[in-house]
Amino acid sequence: MKARVTVTLKTGILDPQGKAIEDALKSLGVDGIASVRQGKVFDIELAGADKAKAEAVLKAAADKLLANTVIENYRVEVLG
Amino acid sequence: MKSAILVFPGINRERDMARALRLVSGRQPAMVWHAETSLPEGTDLVVVPGGFSYGDYLRCGAIAARAPVMDAVRAFASRGGLVLGVCNGFQILCESGLLPGILMRNARLKFICHDVHLRVERSDTPFTRGYNAGQVIRVPVAHGEGNYAADEETVRRLEGEGRVLYRYCSPSGEIGDTHNINGAAQSIAGIINERGNVLGMMPHPENHVEDVMGCTDGRGLFAGLVAHLERAA
Repeated sequence: MKARVTVTLKTGILDPQGKAIEDALKSLGVDGIASVRQGKVFDIELAGADKAKAEAVLKAAADKLLANTVIENYRVEVLG
Repeated sequence: MKSAILVFPGINRERDMARALRLVSGRQPAMVWHAETSLPEGTDLVVVPGGFSYGDYLRCGAIAARAPVMDAVRAFASRGGLVLGVCNGFQILCESGLLPGILMRNARLKFICHDVHLRVERSDTPFTRGYNAGQVIRVPVAHGEGNYAADEETVRRLEGEGRVLYRYCSPSGEIGDTHNINGAAQSIAGIINERGNVLGMMPHPENHVEDVMGCTDGRGLFAGLVAHLERAA
């Protein structure tokens, strides 16, 4: 079973990397971009097939390691 | 002073730290591998040194913070043992929950490697008793992620409880945006935990302890720890 954990910075946390990317896009002439925030995506292959259990596993993974909840939010998706 | 230096894969300042500790305390520190589950008997001070543990993968310090030895460090700290984290060590202490907040990418995105001035905010802690309150010291920094950040309430508490021990400043001790090298909240360079026995700081006091280094301003931190422990004994 495949799953995805997406980690994003919380609102209000300064993101200098996102800002640099935003500025680079603007200097490349890509119009219509208001702002950029950078995050991380983890594509995970799960060992079991139980969907409810999978969500608990992913949540534990995110809480214990993948995200630092001081500054980051995360979203888990079981893709099937 | 019996000290123990934690060693993680990718750490590279452990020998500088060992040299500084040996020089100032007169005792050779123990090197403790990350997979250990206990600290040497009678350890007075645990040091988490600088470097790039696990290649800074995921987030700086995130993987090291979950190493087996960190449970022993948490237990040691909860008994009141002294813990010092420098640079990557500060990042590891934040990721492990021993200190609040996090070190973000430097505001101007550059890796900063040069001497900085720090104002010692108070002298009545084990980590600053070798200095006077308000004293300005010069020590090197070498980091890309040293921009201290925490939620407003945490920063307010740190300030209210006098837990900011070191702050980036001008050579004469002024605080301001121009001297805040990495954009840290309140120009924070080093903080202690609530109990006052765990310090994390981005600059490297261990690199300014001998005349050959061109400056010995970092000695005071280690000498202060030795004096604190002698007095406690």
